[in-house]
Amino acid sequence: MIISRTLEAKLSSLYKAGKIVGGVYLGTGQEAFSASLGCCLDQDKDIFAPLIRDQAGRTGFGEPLIEATRTYLGSALGPMRGRDGNIHRGRPAERRPAMISHLGTSVSVVAGMLMARRMKGELAEVVGATCVGDGATSTGAFHEGLNLAAVEKLPIVVLVADNQFAYSTPRGRQFACENLVDRARGYGVTGREVDATNFLECLAVVHEAVKAARNFEGPQMVVGKLLRLCGHGEHDDASYVAPELKDSNLGRDCLEIGIQQVVDEGLATSDEVNLWKREAAEEVQEAVANAQTDPVPDPYQDDWQAFSWKGINS
Amino acid sequence: MSVTYIDAIHQAQRELLAESDDVFLYGQDIGGFGGAFKATKGLLEEFPGRVMDSPISEDAMVGMAIGAAISGMRPIVEMQFADFSSIAFNQIANHAGTHYYRTGIPVPITVRLPCGGTPGSGPFHSQMVETLYAHYPGIIVATPATVSDAYHLLKESVKIDDPVVFCEHKFLYRWLKTSEIDPEPLPLGVARITRPGKHATVVTYSAMVHEAVRAADRLSKEGWEIEVVDLRSVKPLDMDTVIASVARTGRLLALGEGFPWGGVTAEVVSRVVAEGFHLLDAPPLRLNSKDTPIPYHPDLWAAHRPTPESILEKLRELLNL
Repeated sequence: MIISRTLEAKLSSLYKAGKIVGGVYLGTGQEAFSASLGCCLDQDKDIFAPLIRDQAGRTGFGEPLIEATRTYLGSALGPMRGRDGNIHRGRPAERRPAMISHLGTSVSVVAGMLMARRMKGELAEVVGATCVGDGATSTGAFHEGLNLAAVEKLPIVVLVADNQFAYSTPRGRQFACENLVDRARGYGVTGREVDATNFLECLAVVHEAVKAARNFEGPQMVVGKLLRLCGHGEHDDASYVAPELKDSNLGRDCLEIGIQQVVDEGLATSDEVNLWKREAAEEVQEAVANAQTDPVPDPYQDDWQAFSWKGINS
Repeated sequence: MSVTYIDAIHQAQRELLAESDDVFLYGQDIGGFGGAFKATKGLLEEFPGRVMDSPISEDAMVGMAIGAAISGMRPIVEMQFADFSSIAFNQIANHAGTHYYRTGIPVPITVRLPCGGTPGSGPFHSQMVETLYAHYPGIIVATPATVSDAYHLLKESVKIDDPVVFCEHKFLYRWLKTSEIDPEPLPLGVARITRPGKHATVVTYSAMVHEAVRAADRLSKEGWEIEVVDLRSVKPLDMDTVIASVARTGRLLALGEGFPWGGVTAEVVSRVVAEGFHLLDAPPLRLNSKDTPIPYHPDLWAAHRPTPESILEKLRELLNL
């Protein structure tokens, strides 16, 4: 969470300084929810398909920071080699699919990755996970994907960050049910709900869901109630968010709460937390500095091939 | 013993399943029922666990196949009708089609699309969709016109590491027969001279190959020798064979069953004009279906798509230019 917040603050600065083109999309306020998932998954065998606001989950699942900075800065050495940017990154061969912008599409893709393992007899103990926001639950892809996963009783965990806004559209214009977790029952999947500003509660609930999926209890949906504490992207000042909402419990900062909880529970001292923050700053600085010295992609060197097939060119 | 076009597709799938445990079939009603056109009849019993019924969720069907493909499998997705692949368009074009270029990891999926018109099928069970998928990068589009090509191109499609949209024409399923599958196939990406000629070239694909041959046969009685080129795949598009044919004949009719705005025939004409303008003795012509939804009534349907008569008429126009 600390690393994610630190990295994203730096990415925002780089964007505002004109060093990052396209856009920067932050997960401020969603770190506890996302990190809980990344940390509860097994990096050596599980599948994690993050979405826009999952830097914390990505870091928790072991994505090196350099992959984020290289992708944002368009490095030729990053996982996307300048061919795609910002949060559209991943290493599918390492069970980290690269998201496309079309929301909800990752659910069926993760389902397919699990189906492949089932057919190969390699599904035991493997969990596939993906994240969406409240807006993505309105898509046909989300519905089709979750329904398919439920029909196949797959060990999938779907986190729904109910962050009150899809870009600028409030949840009341997105769906009419009172609570998104109610939908879980309709799909025939287990639903859980959590105050996603509460770090320890997130950890406990997400851990429970991952464990249930691993125990072949079928698809698990976890709805995290929170407020996105940033714009859709850094180009968006989020002026449409009412002050009352910011001042409500939903608007609490999960990182501050998490640090307080960790200290209160005696899991770490304030000094240790401060050390983590200094270490995070150094790691981020290094990842940015390294990516900035990378070569950029060369249009004259790109092979411009959309096919791996070496048959006759189209 | 004769083999039909649908038999060839069935046989290819059966052999692909037998040859590799990585191959599986996914689609609506394809399990115990054997598929709407029986392309998978009996395969569930023979390959349990690798022939699966899907929900009516075209987007998720292809999304699932993408996930399985990047995990080492070689899925064949059967769309019940090509028309319904519009629901899966996003996963095919934006997800599968972009994946290799973005990530360096290819997506070996084959999406079978029963396409084209049959009498009485109406606007939503008759469409040709090859143009849509060929437009997007990263997708191979196969359009077999013969029984042997249906067999060989499907087998080759599944072995290719990239996404293949396999457009199989429903009108050919049952009536098109051959005594045996050609043991020496042409590779995907190479067009075939179906009928040699010297006065004009018809470039076409899928079921229209047979309509073009009928029109050419009639014209031969008047002394005209029409060459018919079967593209076999619209992406890749074998321009070498097309240009060589136009060089021989000097005249081109691009023929397709798809809608007339843009599309494969427009692509063929534009490439021939750009790459072989000096070879042309007359302006190239195009013939497509009409620019309306595909009608239900057999009389309307037969007039909507190119027929031997309308092709003949167009060829006469071309030969008199």
